[in-house]
Amino acid sequence: MVTAAELLALAAFLEGRHAQAFPSFGSERTGAPVVSFCRIDEREIRVREPIAAPDALIVQDPTLLHQVDVFGGLVPDGTVLLNSSRTAEELGVGGIDARIVTAPATELARTHLGRPLPGPALLGAFAALTGAVSLQSVLEAVRDRFGGAAGEGNAAAAEAAHAFVLEAVAHA
Amino acid sequence: MPRQLEGSRAVAETVAACRPEVICAYPISPQTHIVEGLSRIVKAGELGSCEFLNVESEFGAMSACIGASAAGARTYTATASQGLLFMAEALYNASGLGLPIVMTVANRAIGAPINIWNDHSDAMSQRDSGWIQLYAESNQEAADLHVQAFRLAEQLSLPVMVCMDGFILTHAYERLEVPTAEQVAAYLPPFEPRQLLDPDEPMTIGAMVGPEAFTEVKYLMHAKQRMALDAIPLLADDFERAVGRRSGGLLRSYRCEDATTIVLALGSVLGTIEDVVDELRDEGVPIGAVGLKCFRPYPLEEVRAALAHAERVVVVEKAFAVGAGGIVGQNVRLALSGLPPQVHDVIAGLGGRPVTKASLRNLLDDALAGRLGREMTFLDLDRELVERELRRAGDLARPGPHAESILRQIGAVAAGPV
Repeated sequence: MVTAAELLALAAFLEGRHAQAFPSFGSERTGAPVVSFCRIDEREIRVREPIAAPDALIVQDPTLLHQVDVFGGLVPDGTVLLNSSRTAEELGVGGIDARIVTAPATELARTHLGRPLPGPALLGAFAALTGAVSLQSVLEAVRDRFGGAAGEGNAAAAEAAHAFVLEAVAHA
Repeated sequence: MPRQLEGSRAVAETVAACRPEVICAYPISPQTHIVEGLSRIVKAGELGSCEFLNVESEFGAMSACIGASAAGARTYTATASQGLLFMAEALYNASGLGLPIVMTVANRAIGAPINIWNDHSDAMSQRDSGWIQLYAESNQEAADLHVQAFRLAEQLSLPVMVCMDGFILTHAYERLEVPTAEQVAAYLPPFEPRQLLDPDEPMTIGAMVGPEAFTEVKYLMHAKQRMALDAIPLLADDFERAVGRRSGGLLRSYRCEDATTIVLALGSVLGTIEDVVDELRDEGVPIGAVGLKCFRPYPLEEVRAALAHAERVVVVEKAFAVGAGGIVGQNVRLALSGLPPQVHDVIAGLGGRPVTKASLRNLLDDALAGRLGREMTFLDLDRELVERELRRAGDLARPGPHAESILRQIGAVAAGPV
């Protein structure tokens, strides 16, 4: 998740914008619940506080939905992207003032990368869902970060997730 | 060319561009990424004969730095928190001997209670160790300050600490420009040691000095550190000419021209403060901010000149002297003695508590309405929790530790049965 926030910031940077990514410090053990933040702006970002009221929320591990108040602070009519092959209704998520979309990022990563690492796929889906960054920027960021076969695999997963969300939104 | 990278990575690359000859460090959060980055750069052979020494402790790290620097090597280390405390004895030796070591302090709280998060209690605890202390507002400034720090250290033959907020800066991934090797080479001349242990020309460093001359040697140490007050602004000007960016200096005023209220702070909280200043300015409030970039030596004249015209000064600091008050606040009061501004000490961001725009806004509304008293203010203090704990402890013969009790009361994950 820390890497995903950094990739999102990198994608925004590649578009000539300012971006700041940072983790919820101290809980960076692999496997522990982690929150990571990303701010994107057209001008220099000076503020150094955690994001208390996000415009959008990406949940990498939907099992957290029942353990932590992940939607706390989300702005009204915000956007939520959940990593799941099930729908929001099937996950029992609802009753909040937000647009909720799911994408099977882990499965797409397994298919295209051969490893269950959903970050880049989630960013492809996020680009399709919000347009906050373009798919091209996400792909460039992913290739820049991972390089070689891992870069291509992650980029393919991101492209597939992007297509998945475009399709899902078109049929919604 | 701007890049998007982690603050620690930017510092590692910048230090590498300064061509250190010995790097000696012991890992501790949140400094780790910096020295890991440097160890990889050294291992890849990018720094020629530079030696990266693994040691058994921070005390060992600083001791090895002292030896390396005395032998004429450009020397670097980094630490934080308890690591800085573990170095304390050697810190005084490095400064007393006048060795131009550069060290990053990735600012972190000091235990107990143990806490890995950011505040300034580590660097502030060593403010009188004889090291020059520079504080970075952003990762761009953190990177740039290291280049200036090597030149300052070697010009004066004094050690320099570059303080950057742990996690908030070290782990933030953002847009900045790493000074290039060419820029650094043009700005930072090769190290010419003022004193050198050389087997061909034997000499001693570190004589025992008794009552007959200790005061004089210490006076010279003080006088030499004060020379940095003249050197630092010139080095910042030079840096701006060479690299095209303004970084460092003694202090920086932000929208202070006609300000009747001025907020003074050190480090990364300044960015958040400047955002709040802008909001208040939009509402017509005459308010500004001063970022103190150099805390040791203390730029008393410059602080006075920057603040004298205000009615009130709100000092926001991430450490305090237990049982006494604000540390920076006391220094600001010294600069303003005999002048009208009232100084308020505000302790914020202890142990990683976020300093938010909302909290700062409430604080400044209180300040503007004259609601801040002479007592120091703890920003966002949960007074109800503190009073509940005092009531609980007051009734018991053996109340046990506050830390565990408070964690239990707030239902924090770390709390377990004692």
